[in-house]
Amino acid sequence: MNKIFIIIQREYLSRVKKRSFLILTFLTPLLIAGIYAFMIWMMLKDDTEKRTIAVLNESELVEPVKSSEFTTYNYLQNASFEEVKSSMEKKGYYAILVIPKNILQTKTAELFSHKQVTIEVKSNVGRQIRQHIEKLKRSKIIAEANMPDLEEKLAATRTPISMRTIKFGEGGEIKQSSTEIAMGIGFAASFIIYMFIFMYGVQVMRGVIEEKSNRIVEVIISSVKPFQLMMGKIVGVAMVGLTQFIMWVVLTGIIITVGSALVLPGVDMEALQQAKSVAELPAGAASLDAGQLKMAQDILGTFDLAYVAGIVGAFIFFFLGGYLLYSALFAAVGSAVDNETETQQFMLPITIPLILALYIGFAVAKNPESSLAFWGSIIPFTSPIVMLVRIPFGVPIWELLLSMTLLIGTFLLITWIAAKIYRTGILMYGKKVSYKEIWKWLRYHN
Amino acid sequence: MTFFEAKDVVKQYAGHKALNKVSISVPKGSIFGLLGPNGAGKTTLIRIINQITGPDAGEVFFNGQPLKPEDVKRIGYLPEERGLYKKMKVGEQAVYLAQLKGMSQKEATKKLKAWFDKFDILPWWDKKVEELSKGMAQKVQFIVTILHEPELLIFDEPFSGFDPINANLLKKEILELRDKGATIIFSTHNMGSVEEICDHIALINKSEKILDGPVEQIKKRYRTNTYEINYIGEFDKLDQVLKADFEIIDQAKGIEFNTLKIKLNNGSTSNELLEQLLPYLNIVSFREIIPNMNDIFIRVVKESKTI
Repeated sequence: MNKIFIIIQREYLSRVKKRSFLILTFLTPLLIAGIYAFMIWMMLKDDTEKRTIAVLNESELVEPVKSSEFTTYNYLQNASFEEVKSSMEKKGYYAILVIPKNILQTKTAELFSHKQVTIEVKSNVGRQIRQHIEKLKRSKIIAEANMPDLEEKLAATRTPISMRTIKFGEGGEIKQSSTEIAMGIGFAASFIIYMFIFMYGVQVMRGVIEEKSNRIVEVIISSVKPFQLMMGKIVGVAMVGLTQFIMWVVLTGIIITVGSALVLPGVDMEALQQAKSVAELPAGAASLDAGQLKMAQDILGTFDLAYVAGIVGAFIFFFLGGYLLYSALFAAVGSAVDNETETQQFMLPITIPLILALYIGFAVAKNPESSLAFWGSIIPFTSPIVMLVRIPFGVPIWELLLSMTLLIGTFLLITWIAAKIYRTGILMYGKKVSYKEIWKWLRYHN
Repeated sequence: MTFFEAKDVVKQYAGHKALNKVSISVPKGSIFGLLGPNGAGKTTLIRIINQITGPDAGEVFFNGQPLKPEDVKRIGYLPEERGLYKKMKVGEQAVYLAQLKGMSQKEATKKLKAWFDKFDILPWWDKKVEELSKGMAQKVQFIVTILHEPELLIFDEPFSGFDPINANLLKKEILELRDKGATIIFSTHNMGSVEEICDHIALINKSEKILDGPVEQIKKRYRTNTYEINYIGEFDKLDQVLKADFEIIDQAKGIEFNTLKIKLNNGSTSNELLEQLLPYLNIVSFREIIPNMNDIFIRVVKESKTI
């Protein structure tokens, strides 16, 4: 028993000390934080490019677009389009805005430019003209209706609705939930599991191939049982995976907390993040209105401790379960071949259920109540990935327990089978192995 | 006294028998040669001794007791397919392998440093294995095999890949270990390479043991009573003057001297032959042709086929 710890220790340390591991572990949180920072910067950044736009106003509207700090609108009287067009470069016009005579009927204006105009400019011009026309029409109606306070009355009829989704908990208590957030968490978690199973499963396989091609394996198994060597490697690599995951979570957390405290003092990050889903981007955190902040708080309320702990717990369980199941298979594949190029034919049966699970996960995120979701989260080969998509939406306890039990059972069975293949495979050198051959190995006793 | 014994060991793989009722008995403190061509079943037998695989039938005894898992500590094994982790540091790796044999880290480090010093590879302790020359890597493998002072040492094709200098160093160390009381099993298909240091052998061919015993006895049993005579001078009517019991097998002319091979039949002696030859030939040398293991092996295989 002591020997398996020595093996785990070596497998763990030799990987954790690798430069590639350190780089990946420390760079990824920086990358995540960087993307995060970039998104915030995009949100907060103003368009500070100074632009001048020539306006040919043929309509009856009086200065429908107003110059702002950065965009100047030059109204050109009695100038022909051709003249303006030819003098565009000389005068430094960014674009020409043509407001036709019959704009009230056509509801169309035109922007001419050499370069594609930015969305902001386009929407800004459109909004200003729209508001101008609406205002005109409104004051006309108000004048006709002969009701001086109609404007205020109409304004009072505007009622923005925010939807709060609330679900019933197991004990009938009421929980707040957010469908989008649940979908996001579930999918992110299942994708990480998928990625980790693949990344670390392949590491196990490479480790086995390395031992075989280095010819060290026979030296080792004269001291320990092949099963100990295989399990030592699988467990050691699992710990590397967990270490990396925990480092990512902790480091990302630290970088974002420290970074936001330094760069954006006084800005409520959660509220800001939430602002992304609001149609118009705020110019700064100050522009968040009370309603948005309320919504952000609602979402934060979704994360009560038990909920988060449940998801993290499920994540670790299904990550380990799925990883152990697949890495035993990866180890068996590694033992059957002499080098990595030969793994192709045996990789297929492993990768197909994994990729399938990811696609089922996509579908389940949209419809977590389907029978596909049920079976996908019960069958052990797909359950680690599919179940994680379902968990944030809430899964009946019995389904969860059934899925977990099946996963453990299958993992034990697969490990037993894989160990049989492994035991024979690691001592086979220079032999092209077929499925038929592997079937024979399964029937060897000791 | 027998230190290791295998009795009627059978090992079956799908489609073929790797060992068919093989029995060997290795005396304590001996150097035992397990000889046979590639694919004869030697490595399978060695793997059974190392408990890498188990026999389908038959019994295996270690120091008089049935072989048990804890015995791996008392066995040192240098496999034919041997290697090291390329990316690991030499010292670290040697300590790791010693720990797997049950040694403590401290003890292993201390002993390894002494051995590394003895073999002049101490400066490579902190280098990666991939930086070592092949000869140095082999020294490391050898040290790791014997570090835990096993009572039984097994070397599978030990000299393949060793350069002559290292092979001699290895032989010297192995003999020293034997003198200290270790029992040693050599497995090889290259029979000439070990016959001078083995005192017992077993010949295995096609999954069966076809011959075993002390080397001297075997050689005695298979002597052919053939003598080689180098002489100066010419005499071409030798067959007419020699007794019928002296059978001329070969007669060749050389630059410095000519050579004659004569087989003694029906109990005639070498002295009689000399007496007969002296009047006719100027003899330079006279020696008995002793068969080597290779010749014996070929003969035994042939004989076992005719039976």
